[in-house]
Amino acid sequence: MTNDDKDIPRVEIIPEECKGCELCVTQCPKDCLYMSDKINQFGYNVACYTGESCTGCGICFYACPEPGTIKVFKK
Amino acid sequence: MGKILQKPTGFYDKFVRKPGTYDQVTHYCPGCGHGRIHKLIAEAMQNLEIGDQTVFISPVGCSVFAYYYFDCGNIQSAHGRAPAVGTGVARSNPHAITISYQGDGDLGAIGTSEIIHAANRGERMTIIFVNNGIYGMTGGQMAPTTLPGQITSTTPYGRDAATTGLPMKMCEIISQLDAPVYVERTAVTDAKGIMKTKRAITKALKSQKEGYGFSFVEILSACPIGWKMSANDSIKRIEEEMIPYFPLKTFKDEIADRTPRPVVPVAPSQEDVLKALGHDQKEEILFKNDKKFIDDFTTQKVRIAGFGGQGVLMAGTTLGMLGMELGLDVTWLPSYGPEMRGGTANCHVVLSNKEVGSPVVESPNVLIAMNEPSLVEFEPSVTPGGLVIVNSSVVVGKCKRSDVTVLEIPMTEIADSCGLKAAANMASISAYLAFSKVIEKDQLVTLIKAKFKKKSLIEQNVAVIEAAYKYVSDHVRG
Amino acid sequence: MKREFIKGNDAIAKAALLAGCTQYYGYPITPSSEIIHTVARVFPKAGASFVQAESELAAINMVYGAATTGQRIMTASSSPGISLKQEGVSYMASAELPCVVVDIMRAGPGLGNIWPEQSDYDQVVKGGGHGSYKTPVLAPNCPQEMCDHTILAFELADKYRTPVYVLADAYMGQVMEPVTFPSEVAKVEKKDWALYADKDSKHNLVTSIQMNTIEMEKVNIRLQKKYQEIVANEVRFEEYCMDDAEMALVSYGIASRISRSVVDELRETGLKVGLLRPITLYPFPTLRIQELSKRIKVFAAIELSNGQMVDDVKLAVNGACPVEYYGRMGGAVPTHEEVVSQVKGFYKLYLA
Repeated sequence: MTNDDKDIPRVEIIPEECKGCELCVTQCPKDCLYMSDKINQFGYNVACYTGESCTGCGICFYACPEPGTIKVFKK
Repeated sequence: MGKILQKPTGFYDKFVRKPGTYDQVTHYCPGCGHGRIHKLIAEAMQNLEIGDQTVFISPVGCSVFAYYYFDCGNIQSAHGRAPAVGTGVARSNPHAITISYQGDGDLGAIGTSEIIHAANRGERMTIIFVNNGIYGMTGGQMAPTTLPGQITSTTPYGRDAATTGLPMKMCEIISQLDAPVYVERTAVTDAKGIMKTKRAITKALKSQKEGYGFSFVEILSACPIGWKMSANDSIKRIEEEMIPYFPLKTFKDEIADRTPRPVVPVAPSQEDVLKALGHDQKEEILFKNDKKFIDDFTTQKVRIAGFGGQGVLMAGTTLGMLGMELGLDVTWLPSYGPEMRGGTANCHVVLSNKEVGSPVVESPNVLIAMNEPSLVEFEPSVTPGGLVIVNSSVVVGKCKRSDVTVLEIPMTEIADSCGLKAAANMASISAYLAFSKVIEKDQLVTLIKAKFKKKSLIEQNVAVIEAAYKYVSDHVRG
Repeated sequence: MKREFIKGNDAIAKAALLAGCTQYYGYPITPSSEIIHTVARVFPKAGASFVQAESELAAINMVYGAATTGQRIMTASSSPGISLKQEGVSYMASAELPCVVVDIMRAGPGLGNIWPEQSDYDQVVKGGGHGSYKTPVLAPNCPQEMCDHTILAFELADKYRTPVYVLADAYMGQVMEPVTFPSEVAKVEKKDWALYADKDSKHNLVTSIQMNTIEMEKVNIRLQKKYQEIVANEVRFEEYCMDDAEMALVSYGIASRISRSVVDELRETGLKVGLLRPITLYPFPTLRIQELSKRIKVFAAIELSNGQMVDDVKLAVNGACPVEYYGRMGGAVPTHEEVVSQVKGFYKLYLA
């Protein structure tokens, strides 16, 4: 992580922990998450961050039922 | 650097208790509401800094494995019993933050009794009630909160309210009770619903931390697999079908009106225990050990009978206590239970210089009959040559046995003449001892003076003893 | 030391405090109710805690919760209430939580009545709830033992991390006799498995669930090992006139008091009858009975049931000699004469 990154809100999703429920994707107000074609070891399609327009609102963090799959870096 | 939203410290770093290789993910299905609620609890535990003192109880349901995840004390318990288990925890460790995490079958069906009564006692605990309207763990059966018409594996044609009742509204029921301080229903649906739930959980746990009693947070939650729909559709279902039936609101919030309870640890000291037992006083020795008296003593098998209120049982315990103080082996066995409340009472007393076998006196050598039915019932059981003492103030009929000695003593009148009608029982045993001479009068008086609980009545009881002895010496040839 | 002329039930309640018991959870039922009455009166005065639960199920689960804190906890009931408590006892056996459960037996089945029976033997001595578990069972036959066994039960419960039963009958609960109480409160050690709601103990876990079959089997094997240890170390019994006996009565509780009088009378007539009184019903004095069966000509179990303990006598004797049974049911207590006549009959049959 560079110093510049710190000021930019963003989401990190651990693909190995995603169960593909899509709740984060649906509930993101900025539509900056999507379901990728990538399939993890469980066989689920995983949610991904588009890489832009995250405001760090944290909705996806709470939408996700898994404890640490989503990490949100606020401003 | 700004704040990072990440796995709260209320969770274990790694879920090592969870079997299998994936120690970062839960055992819950995709889109399950439990995971979302767990995260809110773990976050509240982190923010309120209560992880060390929290005891988390997970009864049967999908969340029975909650102990895989929460970094606190964990108890897994029987189906529906978590509020009872929590009562035990909260009473033993009043400083604990006790969380009972229950599903709808657990709380609203098999555990209805436990939740109602824990709430009614205002136990120091927080209930997280996850309402998803279905039995998730056991295979999608009807729950008490299943909606009318809803298809489950035990309502394959839809829940029929006519035969299965309507869904139970637990917040509505719990909030009717006086003791709970905070009762709220929320839903983990969209961001707004989740934030409201977060506030409710935090409020409940904070109130417990501050010493307030029972709080109850019901959370409408999705079970996509059980409902056989996608996670997104199940959120829609909560909003469109569940919330209209289970309104979201604060049912009760009396935190501001209540006083926090102090934490008083349960730790009886030896001094307090001995005092409470009455064992803190030095033991008084009433009589010197009289070996000759004990050696010469003839076993007494006594049956005392009468109606309730005549002091029949106490006459027996007085004899027993006297025997004990004199160094004899003694037993006393009462009639008990509803029979006594029906009005009759009797007891068996054995005094002996040998170890008493059975305390049951089948064939007494002494019968004290305080009323007529007692004489009729027990007269045939007296051993030949035995003694029958009849309260002639009450009993009109005569003893029909010719092979026993009969003493007719107006016990009630003797007691009444001393101003204590209730002491007919004392007259009865006094007459028995006066006639049989198995124990001295002075010894009975000494016992009464030392051991009688109602101190104000000792004098009158001693007068009754004297009067009964006098009656026997005046009227009966020994 | 403090001596009192006291009911068996009251002696249990008082002894519990002296054993270091801090909490009692119970539900009223005749003929055990004096226990809850005395607890309600005495526990709060001593700074101990008492809750009248909404049901027997709730009471035993409160005991479960309280026992996780390492404190000494007790509940008591009578037969129908014990049937209800079985759920919790099974969970506690599995989660290895100590507690003391007192059963003042009454007549059954069903509501039966409030008079003495010993027909909870099977449901208490053989485990009772679901699963392969046992609990130590102490069988007092006088108020002094109601006191002593209650204290011993707490010791065994802590030592083996298991529920322990004090199994007595209605007459043992109701009878009053002199009891000498200890003058000190037992010391209770801190437990390394308990949950004290603090940082040091929070990683302890109380559970009875284990989805993995092999892991659950390991739990079971651990429990069975514990029971073997209990069988090896904790058998208690008393023998009366057994040295030259040719016939042995076997009985416990109120039946043993009757049997003792019967032995006295039969000895006076020259019959070589003795009494073996199991004090622990689990573990049962199997080895001793096995040993005695080499010289005893006939055993007779005298019990207030359809013959439940007699099965354990038969298992111990294992065909080496005849085993007879005599008992009454429904709350009827056999009279002395009745037992004398029965025992004489057995004597004549096998020893004449």
